[in-house]
Amino acid sequence: MNVRKFRALAVAAAAMLAAAAHAEVKIGFLGTFSGPAAALGQDQYDGFMLALEQKGGKLGGTPIKIVKEDDQLKPDLGVQLVRKLIESDKVDLVTGVTFSNVMMAVSKPLAAAGTPFVGSNAGPAPLAGKECQPNFVFTSFQNDNQAEVLGKYATDKGYKKLLLLAPNYQSGRDQVTGFKRYYKGAVAGEVYTQLNQPDYSAELAQIQALQPDAIFAFFPGGMGVNFIKQMSQAGLLKKVPVLTVSTVDGTQLPAQKDGAIGTLAGAAWGPDLPNAANKAFVAAFEQKYGRIPSQSAAQGFDAALAIDSALAKTKGSVADKAAFIGALKAAEFPAVVGSFKFNKNGFPIQDQHVFEVAKDAQGRVSLKTVATPLPALQDAYAGECPIK
Amino acid sequence: MSWQFLLTQLLNGVQFGLLLFLMAAGLTLVFGIMSFVNLAHGSLYMVGAYLAALTYAHSGSFWLALLAAVAGLFVLALLLDRLAFSALYRRDHLDHVLATFGVVLFANEAMRMIFGSAPLFMDTPSALSEPVVIAGFNYPSYRGAIIVAGLLVAFGLHVLIDRTRVGMLIRAGASNRNMVSALGVNIGWLTSFVFALGAALAGLAGAMVGPVLSIQPGMGEPVLILTLVVIVIGGIGSIRGALYGALIVGIVDTLGRGVLPGVLHMVLTPELASAAGPAIASVGVYVLMAAVLALKPEGLFPVKHS
Repeated sequence: MNVRKFRALAVAAAAMLAAAAHAEVKIGFLGTFSGPAAALGQDQYDGFMLALEQKGGKLGGTPIKIVKEDDQLKPDLGVQLVRKLIESDKVDLVTGVTFSNVMMAVSKPLAAAGTPFVGSNAGPAPLAGKECQPNFVFTSFQNDNQAEVLGKYATDKGYKKLLLLAPNYQSGRDQVTGFKRYYKGAVAGEVYTQLNQPDYSAELAQIQALQPDAIFAFFPGGMGVNFIKQMSQAGLLKKVPVLTVSTVDGTQLPAQKDGAIGTLAGAAWGPDLPNAANKAFVAAFEQKYGRIPSQSAAQGFDAALAIDSALAKTKGSVADKAAFIGALKAAEFPAVVGSFKFNKNGFPIQDQHVFEVAKDAQGRVSLKTVATPLPALQDAYAGECPIK
Repeated sequence: MSWQFLLTQLLNGVQFGLLLFLMAAGLTLVFGIMSFVNLAHGSLYMVGAYLAALTYAHSGSFWLALLAAVAGLFVLALLLDRLAFSALYRRDHLDHVLATFGVVLFANEAMRMIFGSAPLFMDTPSALSEPVVIAGFNYPSYRGAIIVAGLLVAFGLHVLIDRTRVGMLIRAGASNRNMVSALGVNIGWLTSFVFALGAALAGLAGAMVGPVLSIQPGMGEPVLILTLVVIVIGGIGSIRGALYGALIVGIVDTLGRGVLPGVLHMVLTPELASAAGPAIASVGVYVLMAAVLALKPEGLFPVKHS
């Protein structure tokens, strides 16, 4: 083999390798994978990976490499990890993020770098309003949405006297604000508990003393498991309607089981939504992971589909960030929530439903759609967002 | 605010206090006798809850679940003591804290690796699943069972410590470890027994809360913190102190959460009350602890060294 031929081959090989390297999109997946709330992050990830697997490891026809990082629900660690993803892993985009406090912290480095971001759980109010970012989209919800739909439901039901309960931290107070935005009756009391409080006996006695028409409760993670179990043991779930956000979701129901039956929940997604994309998603998820998917899993799945649509439009290129973000915001995909589109602030415009905990066709405890009080809801902060 | 409401809250406080007592009794004995700081006490409670939930799910017998948690933790603690902790007894408290904190991290991660991070479910025994009505309020009968269990353990410990030979040795060991050893008592085995007994009580506490709380990695730490508060208030090494301290902490914590907001609403504006209520309630027991430390640094019911 002569030198010239070898050189030509080498150049060709190098070019091919370079092309191959270029044709791979690197996605940083930041989520909470440890601590009491790890199940949420895990479901976001499992939902995302299910979509990726169904597409043969490619999104928009482009091979995908995932760099997975655990923020441990620590905002400072989240910031470090996002910097690492952007600067040393050189990811093309970032997705995931489970909790709003981490989201607020990592929004700064993400906005500064202009890296496209597809959120699949946390949706804090500032990022929907004044601090909205052109490079952020969310396939989940703005935090207030799920409480708003319950507020509307309570008004529609004619409840006149409500007791509101939430842990004493930013999200808890936001949920109460969101609920009151659409609830027109009287509030008999607002009870703020300690974050990660395990025992609710004192609060249960207050519910009985006040005898409200219904209660609104926001207790994410293990707090919800405890609250609902204790409500059930005190025989209160049968006595008073319980409207909840993030308290009886797919990650909590396996630990609450029959005890949670009858509890109402506000959400954009539930496993029984009748659209075809959702039916296929739920069946595939159950087959792969052996459990009913949670809302976080559905949001992770939709995040992958949104990226898939955008990459297909830009032919796998993320080099022009503005063009990619434009494609992302105009993403067309069969969302498992049904009708879905991104608002100008990057948050979804989608139907918000009320679900009831009930047995499904196979006798498992799951969520059943009861009403859709707020169709095509847009969040309350979009008007404050300067993006046109 | 009716007397029925106050009575219910008092009952809730007593129940919470007796649960804390199950934890505090073991921790205070271990600290009092071995001068050993065991931060892993909360992990023992967590392991007890897991053992009980698994046994209950497979056997369907709540008694067997309790037995599995208590016996399992007794054996586990003996192993832990012989293999790891006994080497640490003669060392500094800081070493105890570091080593047992390591056990906390290890135990939480081990539970996550084996059972996953989603919480585990434990049924309420069917005989205790319906509430009883006390003074017009629904009271969960299972919580009544926790009160009974706590009182039984308190009585049992009283008999063991004050009426038996083993108890006499334990009291003697708490007063003067070297002298007991010089009198020909195998103090090593005595301390192992005390450690295992404390762990078994933590396991019992874990098993008892299984039907009330979510069983998940990290569930032991919030309880451990309150348990430490209890033994500081009650007096380190004192079973009597642990009982009264636990009841005080349980009642103060419950009334702070359940009654204080209503009281504040009567005297403050609603906005101020809803902001101040949770803040005051969450620091209530710590303020109490600080006050006790300032006024009676030995605790309210210290061991008598006479």
